[in-house]
Amino acid sequence: MSDNVEKKPEAARAEATLMPPVNVFEDAGGITLFADLPGVPKDKLHLHVEADTLTIEGDIVLDMPADMEATHSEVSLPRYRRVFTLSKELDPEKVSAEFSHGVLKLRIPKAEHAQPKRIEVRVE
Amino acid sequence: MMYRSLFPRDLFAELDRLQREMQQSYEVSPSIRGLARGGFPAMNVGGTPRSVEIYAFAPGLDPAGIDVQLEKGVLTIAGERNADLPEKDDKAAVHIDERFAGRFRRVVSLPDDVDPNAVTARYRDGVLHISIQRKAASQPRRIAIQ
Repeated sequence: MSDNVEKKPEAARAEATLMPPVNVFEDAGGITLFADLPGVPKDKLHLHVEADTLTIEGDIVLDMPADMEATHSEVSLPRYRRVFTLSKELDPEKVSAEFSHGVLKLRIPKAEHAQPKRIEVRVE
Repeated sequence: MMYRSLFPRDLFAELDRLQREMQQSYEVSPSIRGLARGGFPAMNVGGTPRSVEIYAFAPGLDPAGIDVQLEKGVLTIAGERNADLPEKDDKAAVHIDERFAGRFRRVVSLPDDVDPNAVTARYRDGVLHISIQRKAASQPRRIAIQ
């Protein structure tokens, strides 16, 4: 287990990837993340949650003619990757994901015990 | 070569030095965020003997709202992307806000031999792919030797 965790960052560094831009916001119930992954079909998107690490990976598939020569490239790598560390109060079992038109929406709810509770102050 | 500021307290020189060091440590620049300099959407352009192919990386758009125009050899892609961030009155904290939101417009000038009447545009997985055929007269032809 600990071996795995140590190997991963090296493997990631070996291959250059695009870092997808994200928006992350938090409300009382959990965290919502949006990531831009244009060009990634649904079956090439990979999401992993392992321990407290969330990894988003996707391969770009473009419909290119075989004899095309690129003259200008702003997106010059075929793969996206970004890793986030989740905090303890988030529930990795209940992550839900939607993916449409190249935008990933992830919802990571807070664990029951971490939901905000109003504590009543009694004056006696 | 190390770049040293003459004025150690000069913040801008320090930032400049940092930026140089960052650039030196990465041979390729992998950040799609860096594309903010080039604008949204990021574009790849390529050509074949028969066509010019343009790919605009514009995720999360309503295909009906994308405006693609070809006029006098200039292709314009315009539209608007809505912010997904929560309303201000929601009790939500924004931790990271990197994604483009708002109106955009990008312009590409095309080679002279394209046919403005043979254009197709498809939007798939957040990529707008525009394919423009070259005029038949300018395509390579095999000349028979008699």
